[in-house]
Amino acid sequence: MLGPSGSGKTTCLRLIAGFEQPTAGHIEIFGERADGVPPYLRNVNTVFQNYALFPHMNVRENVAFSLRVKGMGRAERHRAAEEALELVELAGYGNRRAGELSGGQRQRVALARALVNKPRVVLLDEPLGALDLKLREQMQEELRSLQRSLGLTFVFVTHDQDEALSMADRVAVFADGKIQQIGTSEDIYRRPCSRFVADFVGSSNVIPADLVGAGAAGKWASLRPEDIVLDPAGQEVKVTGRFFHGRVTKLSLDFAGQNLTALVPAHADAPDVGETALIGWDPSRVHIMEEDT
Amino acid sequence: MHSDTRAPLGLKLAAIGGLFFLLAPIALIFLYAFSTEEKSFQWPPPGFTTRWIGVTLNRPDVWEALALSLKVAAISTILALILGTLTAAAVARSRFFGRETISLLVILPIALPGIITGISLRSAFSLLDIPFSTWTIVLGHATFCTVIVYNNAVARFRRTSEALIDAAMDLGADGLQTFRLVILPNIATALLAGGMLAFALSFDEVIVTTFTAGNQTTLPIWMLEELVRPRQRPVTNVVAMAVVIVTILPILAAYYLTRDGEHTAGSEK
Repeated sequence: MLGPSGSGKTTCLRLIAGFEQPTAGHIEIFGERADGVPPYLRNVNTVFQNYALFPHMNVRENVAFSLRVKGMGRAERHRAAEEALELVELAGYGNRRAGELSGGQRQRVALARALVNKPRVVLLDEPLGALDLKLREQMQEELRSLQRSLGLTFVFVTHDQDEALSMADRVAVFADGKIQQIGTSEDIYRRPCSRFVADFVGSSNVIPADLVGAGAAGKWASLRPEDIVLDPAGQEVKVTGRFFHGRVTKLSLDFAGQNLTALVPAHADAPDVGETALIGWDPSRVHIMEEDT
Repeated sequence: MHSDTRAPLGLKLAAIGGLFFLLAPIALIFLYAFSTEEKSFQWPPPGFTTRWIGVTLNRPDVWEALALSLKVAAISTILALILGTLTAAAVARSRFFGRETISLLVILPIALPGIITGISLRSAFSLLDIPFSTWTIVLGHATFCTVIVYNNAVARFRRTSEALIDAAMDLGADGLQTFRLVILPNIATALLAGGMLAFALSFDEVIVTTFTAGNQTTLPIWMLEELVRPRQRPVTNVVAMAVVIVTILPILAAYYLTRDGEHTAGSEK
């Protein structure tokens, strides 16, 4: 579930977990009615945004909590907790306090705690938001491979479009409390349904369709910044901004009064601010949306 | 660490003077507990004896007053722990109409002078034809004890993350299990501190007790009565000495308990 803050993704997650009740409609989890069922009776476990580890318990007791309230014996539940900790590569950390762990380790404990009870659905509320970039990328890969090997459904909330596109089988784009579009990452990226989705996922150039020569007058078109290339046989634009990003250089262009953003490879000789440039694009990369201008 | 420059002489004298001002009266109480003079506090004491300790131990009125005070303080504290915790949970956890007003009204009994609480309780009791007894004293004490517990608990509730309760429910704990396994361990030290303070306040309460007691005599009331009666005066001092020693113990215990708690909390960061 991808969307800007305040778009309703966390509320949606809390509806699935059972912390909130729907005022209209109903919720089914694998065909079972879930609305009206309190959170502790749902076979769904959550990894919270700030982990929400119990500060008065050590790591093992945290992980074993759901087994303890189910009435499982001490030895048995500690063994299960140790297995869950092995799964997240924290074997042997059982006696530590949550406060003694780093952010990434706490994240893994929260994950082990959610997995130990073998739920059918795991809910993750911006679980990687507090981690630094390197660790976040590593955890993204680990979460993905864990999800595949366990064969569980993960519902993952994020406002980071890279994270959503790279991890998800299906992406739901949220805005203003509504789901704007549901589809595979490729679908969402290549064929955004609205100006909002095109802009929010991948900061596309949203322009009137006839301006980019795509016909379909009166409709909006989306043209990805990386699909705009420097082309000696192309159309003339004025460069209004130039930002070096390492891998790419981002150019702000003025094209017939319309602002365009282009990403050109860092090795290309990008024109400077104030210069004119010639640009072109593959017409098949222009995506026409249903929205009228 | 702190600088090890030595404090100037003036500061030292002021500190000694302050300590003297605070502690000398208490020292006098200890001193007169051993005086041979029984009718008046005469300086210097004409002689010293330990016989008042024996006399005190054999006075049934002392034991009765002490027993009543302990009973009242214990029951009021238990009542306050239940009511104060529940009120704090309601105010800190849920939103309802008039929540801010209620959190102010709860504190009111301790902001009002004890006399007001005393008078209003007394007229309420006589209006309802409730005879004065140990239980009317307990009710009177429970008013301010509840506030003390509430204040301690509400602060801790606000610091305890709501996500912990969500997490417990999410992991399958019902309301009771969540309270027992997650909420209670997190607020336990606050309740302990609040409970001890409430107990101490109830134990030496005079004003509300005067208004709500019938012919019962709690320890503070007994002492007050004893002072105006010039008979075996040092007995009062012996009792006062015992109270000082007995109340210092829980204070020291609380100090060491919370110090250990801070130590663990600190190492967690």
